[in-house]
Amino acid sequence: MEERKSAISVRNVCIDYKSLKSSSIKQSFFKLKKVEQEVFHAVRNVSFEVPEGQILGITGKNGSGKSTMLRAIAGIFSADSGEIDLHGHTISLLSIGVGFKNELSGRENIILSGMLLGFSKEFILEKMPEIIEFSGIGNFIDMPVRTYSSGMYSKLAFSITAILETEIMLIDEVLSVGDQKFRKKSYNKMKELISNRDRTVVIVSHSMTTLEDLCDQLIWMHDGEIIMYDKPEIVLPVYKDFMR
Amino acid sequence: MKRFWKDLKGHYKYALYAAKSELKSEVANSYLNWIWWVLEPFCFMLIYSFIFGVVFNAKEQYFSVFIFVGLTAWDFFSRCLNQSVKLMKNNKSIVTKVYIPKFILLISKMFFNGYKMMIQFFIIAVMVIYFRIPITWNIIFIIPILITLFVVTFACMTHLMHYGVFVQDLANVVTIGLRMVFYMTGIFYNIEKRLPPKYIGLLMKANPMALILSSLRKCILYSQTPDMKWILIWCVIGIIVAAFGVRKIYKNENSYVKVI
Repeated sequence: MEERKSAISVRNVCIDYKSLKSSSIKQSFFKLKKVEQEVFHAVRNVSFEVPEGQILGITGKNGSGKSTMLRAIAGIFSADSGEIDLHGHTISLLSIGVGFKNELSGRENIILSGMLLGFSKEFILEKMPEIIEFSGIGNFIDMPVRTYSSGMYSKLAFSITAILETEIMLIDEVLSVGDQKFRKKSYNKMKELISNRDRTVVIVSHSMTTLEDLCDQLIWMHDGEIIMYDKPEIVLPVYKDFMR
Repeated sequence: MKRFWKDLKGHYKYALYAAKSELKSEVANSYLNWIWWVLEPFCFMLIYSFIFGVVFNAKEQYFSVFIFVGLTAWDFFSRCLNQSVKLMKNNKSIVTKVYIPKFILLISKMFFNGYKMMIQFFIIAVMVIYFRIPITWNIIFIIPILITLFVVTFACMTHLMHYGVFVQDLANVVTIGLRMVFYMTGIFYNIEKRLPPKYIGLLMKANPMALILSSLRKCILYSQTPDMKWILIWCVIGIIVAAFGVRKIYKNENSYVKVI
């Protein structure tokens, strides 16, 4: 494969959760003396590069810092130390139900979520038919979202981010959405999106088949650290062994 | 500061649309729809006019409009403040999934409540015509007064939103505080006539809401020129406090997501 510019550079990133618990006023009165702050290191000293057009998988057991990492890349957290450089690419975190308002119709929610992701209203309106068609929820699109079944809800959410494409897509466990048919459809859509060689994708998943099929490179995270970073064929057998 | 303008420019459309859709979702399931936004303050006005006009025998010229102007501005202020305390928690689904400058949520709330206020001002206009209240050029002062109201409200909101994330029972404190300010603002009595003189100056200068309310009434109802010096002073104070608030929000933005 020819050498490509990098799309995401993550250098020595650490993310801590200080026990910044929200407190009540009564508590802070009684604990005037300094409370020892427990620091939980969610991500420790992680560095990696993702070249443009690559599909990177991240796996690991629950609580190993995968989602935290993803959110940091999406800009929702900033890292406590180290830096994350996106080299000016647009980015979206594909996850379920961004800013849905339950009383509003699906159509209005599409516009709201789209605008949250930073698209103009005109562009969203243009893409609207495509989103509605892909989501396959038919006439329900004009009904309030609160009447949706949980499957329809997720299907709509997935469709929005899948059709409104950004240069970097971060995907957090959403391929397991909906019924068999929709899952297949979204899986194919994923493949199609990925086949575009300009798009960079980071997938967090537990599904071996997804990782094996889609990814070029795989990171195995454990307790906030990278254990292995290599081709899926090499990482997966070791990971499977470990999880047993 | 530069970042503030850039973010505001980039996101105000979202703020506007979010406010619009929130208005829509609020009325989606009620029978009387948006009429509630008119009916609610109107009923409160009737109640207050009865209690204070008849029972306590208040003698203000145009008493019902007097109260309605007070309620209009006060409703905006107290709604904005009350809602900003829990704002982060209520928008959890948004802030944990995409990056958005957090004060945009505040702006959106202000649009939301500002729209309701506009409707109420429309009613005021109708009442002014109905009661044949003479209008003079002093009405122009309504613009700087409203700007001051927005600035002061925004300043309070930034700080409340910030502490609302970390302190869970702030909402209770705010409720009490607002009730106190409510009575000290003179919604249903005229501060300048009812209080002993030594308190008037203090209250009119230290409580921006009292100042704003009485200035609004002066220029709408009584064809007087309000005390623009103090309006301006409060506008400047508001801008400074808001600037600190916005800075604080920018600095702590990322820890909000970890706490809620």
